Amino acid sequence: MNCGSDKVIYMDNNATTRIAPEVLEVMMPFLQDCYGNPSSMHTFGGQVGQVVEQARAQIAELLGADPEEIVFTSCGTESDSTAILSALQSQPEHRHIVTTRVEHPAVKNLCETLDMLTGHKHRVTRLMVDADGTLDMDAYQEALTEDTAIVSVMWANNETGVLFPVEEMAAMAKDRGILFHSDAVQAVGKIPINMQENQIDFLSLSGHKLHAPKGVGVLYVRKGTPFFPFLHGGHQENGRRGGTENVASIVGLGRACQLAGEMMDEENTRVRALRDKLEKGLLASIPKSILNGHVENRLPNTSNISFEYVEGEAILLHMNQHGICASSGSACTSGSLEPSHVLRAMGVPFTAAHGSIRFSLSIYNTEEEVDFVLEKMPRIIADLREMSPFWEG
Amino acid sequence: MWEYTNKVQQHFMQPQNVGEIEEPSGTGDVGSLACGDALKLTIKVDENDIIVDAKFKTFGCASAIASSSVLTELIKGMSVDEAAKVTNEDIAEALGGLPKEKMHCSVMGREALEAAIADYRGVILPMAQGEVVCECFGVTDLEVVRAIQESGLRSVEEITNFTKAGGGCGKCEDRLRDILQQTVEGLSKKSTPVKEQRMTTLQKIKKIEQVLEREIRPTLKKDGGDIELVDVDGDFVTVSLRGACAGCHSSRTTLKEYVEKKLREQVVDSLIVEEEK
Ligand SMILES: Cc1ncc(COP(=O)(O)O)c(C=O)c1O
Repeated sequence: MNCGSDKVIYMDNNATTRIAPEVLEVMMPFLQDCYGNPSSMHTFGGQVGQVVEQARAQIAELLGADPEEIVFTSCGTESDSTAILSALQSQPEHRHIVTTRVEHPAVKNLCETLDMLTGHKHRVTRLMVDADGTLDMDAYQEALTEDTAIVSVMWANNETGVLFPVEEMAAMAKDRGILFHSDAVQAVGKIPINMQENQIDFLSLSGHKLHAPKGVGVLYVRKGTPFFPFLHGGHQENGRRGGTENVASIVGLGRACQLAGEMMDEENTRVRALRDKLEKGLLASIPKSILNGHVENRLPNTSNISFEYVEGEAILLHMNQHGICASSGSACTSGSLEPSHVLRAMGVPFTAAHGSIRFSLSIYNTEEEVDFVLEKMPRIIADLREMSPFWEG
Repeated sequence: MWEYTNKVQQHFMQPQNVGEIEEPSGTGDVGSLACGDALKLTIKVDENDIIVDAKFKTFGCASAIASSSVLTELIKGMSVDEAAKVTNEDIAEALGGLPKEKMHCSVMGREALEAAIADYRGVILPMAQGEVVCECFGVTDLEVVRAIQESGLRSVEEITNFTKAGGGCGKCEDRLRDILQQTVEGLSKKSTPVKEQRMTTLQKIKKIEQVLEREIRPTLKKDGGDIELVDVDGDFVTVSLRGACAGCHSSRTTLKEYVEKKLREQVVDSLIVEEEK
């Protein structure tokens, strides 16, 4: 299949990223000749086990963790489920969960179906956010109870890029003996994370958000944290996750973490500057455009902008004509009939929520691309507004 | 990504008849910003009852824009009587089909056309008189019944695809299932009778005031708004919204989705809340 990747301007990196060439290179042998099973007794398989351990060390390095604390999973979603269900299993007498209104469906929908999954009744507190997407820490403090089994709060929001003070929140949970999970799928690789400097018990990440393949993830489990597997089976991952390892992807993820460490500065300088240029340019050239989410306290690569009185899917399809890839929080793009739960939780008015576009950049974006998008967007929005019954130009 | 036909893409990328006719013979204004799509259709009818011009303005996704565009093409040159027979299926067909989740866009086209014709003829549409079943999208039982009959719908999911009813909070699913069953069985009698309520008007007013005071007002105030009770007449509750809520495009949603829902839950489930004009 020729998907025309050379012709697109890809600004949808919070959805997924391209596999870095360096990553693909180290993966290839494991998709071809080196197909042994890491659990095998023979050298042919056993040597593959060693590269899995090497990858584990590379990931631990990026997170400031111990390799033993790294458990490979099949995706970010599995990591999230594993952490939360493990915490509930290890404390069956605790039936309360604290999370937020803006979590990714991997956590949000899990919390909505917990009663069914565990056969117990659970109480879930979903913390509100303000118009900037920021949490109220007093409300958080109040939400923690004797009955709370786990707090699950994302590190960075996938739609707005807004960061939550998870390290501080984990410390508050720890004071009360409560387990803390953070879905850091969008944060890992984009901002520095050091697990030695915080008290987070579980942390999820996903390969395809940091230039590794889709279908591989990690759950960090702090040493000493009680753990119950999600997938029961063989003794892989020290009995913490059954299933033969996705070797090639794990090796790729190891390399991707190493690269992310090397690129961290660039992500926070050059990519941030590109994002800022794009954002400032769009807000300046397009009237009635509004930034969603806190200006400062944000991932360096994400910009979520609402163009009032036009609908997101229509905007995306026009952008698509120019090869520009991004996402929208509009109802029509979500497959449901309502706009993004994140924007609604922030109280973004309907006039704006339906017309929200998320640009998410990566180290592969260039200034020329930003300039091209800046050149095309005003026209796209103006044309659609021309057609909108609510627009009084 | 949606699978759109070439025809949809064509009408979306090069929409026909965008705009508004000055001094139109009829105007149809349907949908709202809150719902995510809206269409304003204007038509010009000559002395022989022929639609000589039609223009649209649409807020919405690709299929909403394409449906509007193809609708104007369809009806131009038709007599008003002919146009009155255009169905949403005709609109979808003219586009070479729509994804099933997007059928409501063609329904919006038909509704706008109907409204424009009614406006031209100076009559009031019966649809608006139905009882709202889906509060999230303001869909009435009559609209649901009609969609079931016209498009042969057989599941709640299909009802949602065609009318949007049930696509928000999902609370009306049971109601939709009932309506579906009744309609399919051919005894599409008016909605299930409302529970008997034995509350005097005075008690009702007191209760409404309590709920407003304790729950609704504090929530609205958080967003810089406020609410005041103006009148209670039978089941009709008139309120006035203040501050940030007033004139806000989503004020109707606030009113129906939040205020009315709360009052129905806690006072009487047949209350109808309206804003003071
Ligand atoms: C914040 C967040 N959590 C979890 C996930 C799910 O990760 P995966 O696609 O690997 O299951 C995503 C990806 O969309 C995400 O953005």
